[in-house]
Amino acid sequence: MVATEQNIAIRCRNVVKTYGVGSSSVFALRGIDLDVNPGELMMLVGPSGCGKTTLISVIAGILDQDSGECTVYGKNLNAMKQRDRTAFRGTNIGFVFQAFNLLPTLTAAENASIPLLINGAKRRFAIDRAREMLDRVGLGNRTNSLPGQMSGGQQQRVAIARALIHDPKLIVCDEPTSALDHETGQKVMEMLREVALKENRSLVIVTHDARIFGFADRIAQMDDGRVMRVSIGDHQPDQVLSPHIRTGGGLG
Amino acid sequence: MNFIALKMLIGDRMKYLSLIAGLSFASLLITQQASIFTGYSLRTGSWLRDTDVADLWVFDEQAEFSDDFKLMLDTSLNRVRGIPGVQWAQPLYKNFVNVILPDGTSTNTRMIGLDATTLLGGPPEMVEGKMSDLRRDRAVFINVADANDSLRLKRDPKTSRPLRLGDRISVNDHEAIVAGTYKSTKEFFWEPVIYTTFSRATFMGPKVRRSLTYILVKSQPGITVAELAARIHEKTGLAALTRSQFERQSMLWIIKKTGILVNFGITIGLGVVIGLLAAGQTFFNFILDNTRHFATLKAMGTSGHKLIQMVFVQVTFVGLIGYGIGLGGACLTGLAFQRVGLAFMMPWQIPLVGAAAIVLCCAFAGSISMVRVLRLEPAIVFK
Repeated sequence: MVATEQNIAIRCRNVVKTYGVGSSSVFALRGIDLDVNPGELMMLVGPSGCGKTTLISVIAGILDQDSGECTVYGKNLNAMKQRDRTAFRGTNIGFVFQAFNLLPTLTAAENASIPLLINGAKRRFAIDRAREMLDRVGLGNRTNSLPGQMSGGQQQRVAIARALIHDPKLIVCDEPTSALDHETGQKVMEMLREVALKENRSLVIVTHDARIFGFADRIAQMDDGRVMRVSIGDHQPDQVLSPHIRTGGGLG
Repeated sequence: MNFIALKMLIGDRMKYLSLIAGLSFASLLITQQASIFTGYSLRTGSWLRDTDVADLWVFDEQAEFSDDFKLMLDTSLNRVRGIPGVQWAQPLYKNFVNVILPDGTSTNTRMIGLDATTLLGGPPEMVEGKMSDLRRDRAVFINVADANDSLRLKRDPKTSRPLRLGDRISVNDHEAIVAGTYKSTKEFFWEPVIYTTFSRATFMGPKVRRSLTYILVKSQPGITVAELAARIHEKTGLAALTRSQFERQSMLWIIKKTGILVNFGITIGLGVVIGLLAAGQTFFNFILDNTRHFATLKAMGTSGHKLIQMVFVQVTFVGLIGYGIGLGGACLTGLAFQRVGLAFMMPWQIPLVGAAAIVLCCAFAGSISMVRVLRLEPAIVFK
């Protein structure tokens, strides 16, 4: 898909973010320019400390950049009031985390229902919807299980159901497969592509896991707070990574 | 979101139970100790309430509480009777005497002497005998509770028994015969109380020139008790208080002089501190342990208002349960130990004060936790 002004899901222009002040300040993002199209699965890859997580945090509206502009479906989150930005996240963004971040005392259905409850849905409706969503991710028989009673892969599928339940326009995933074995990671990625990705929804995935690069539509290679290059198409790791990253342990 | 808040709380069993235990203990300590304090405080006026037969108690103004026996001149009675507005005035004697029981047990006792004609100011309820039996030769009435306790014949364990009707006792070396037993409200002071007639009491009591402890006064219709009290004080220089005024004066004096307010106050204060620390620390730890979860909720779009509401629901829930358990425990303690003489009185104000203290504990715990939750950076979810 070719990006135009009208159909860009995420547009970042000259986004700068530093941590700390004065002489001890560290640049995390050094003028990022990046576009993500609707219906696109974009992966952010690069070595540790290159700014991937900072960028995804800015895109998701949970971290303010110092300068530059980042719009999500036309909304400049940085310019929004905190309250509006929180509400925007609640209705438009789904999250998938590396450590799943499921509430351990809630059942799978209750965990998956949280975004609907945040948006004011009735509990019964939210739980029913969560059961349907869990069924879609293959966990229809585990709706009443607690996270502690499920495998890592199952927990991540609950997290995916949670990210999808309120039908957000954007799903941000932080290392969604790094806590999973290869086979489970592949299944989770297949699920994200099949269930989560659709025409008017984009996925931004931060990952170190070279085994899943094949699932990306585009891959943004980051290093030292910059996007070094964006590769288009169904890529393999060798095509994306620069030699020093591939051999230097930066993916670990 | 409220059920999520509650499930987060209840799911962390150890902290949940610790919170409830801390708040229950605080609530128990506060309400139970306050009730015992109230019970003891009210006991300071038991005798006055049991002797509620007159409008005014007239006594030497140096007397500071109901068992502070400052005897007045006998002529005081006639002076009071002569004051306009006094319908009647009757003498009452009360003083310490030494009683020796039939087995030789010696005990300090309070003796009350009633006007033999009217027997005004007598015990509230006779158990054995009748009031008029007090007019019999050398008659005294004893308290049934004392008969089996302070006035029990106990020097020889083999022949130990309660003092009973017909027993002869020595009152300041004068023989007296137990002619009746009565029941009364338990008092703050513990010495047994015996009743006899006024003349016999002055005869058996310490030999001093003054022999009048109290004058019980009834006002005539058409004059207020306050006016009459002021008039008696003006004409005689004696204190003239209503029963409730005298009761209050006695209670305040005893509370002040015995230090029970400080003692109970310290315990109640400790209850509040325990509640503050237990609830504050445990709840804050619970929030710390759930930082990532709260941050996740925040990242997913939970507003600050809703997060505060969740914390509020959590503290309110444990507060209510803790308060209920503590209050229930205090009531059960009171019921269980009342039989063995525990002074326990729980007027409606005490549960209210207990609730306020628990609200304070929960407010403290909730506030420090809410600040923590509100300051959470949602970006930590990616760290």
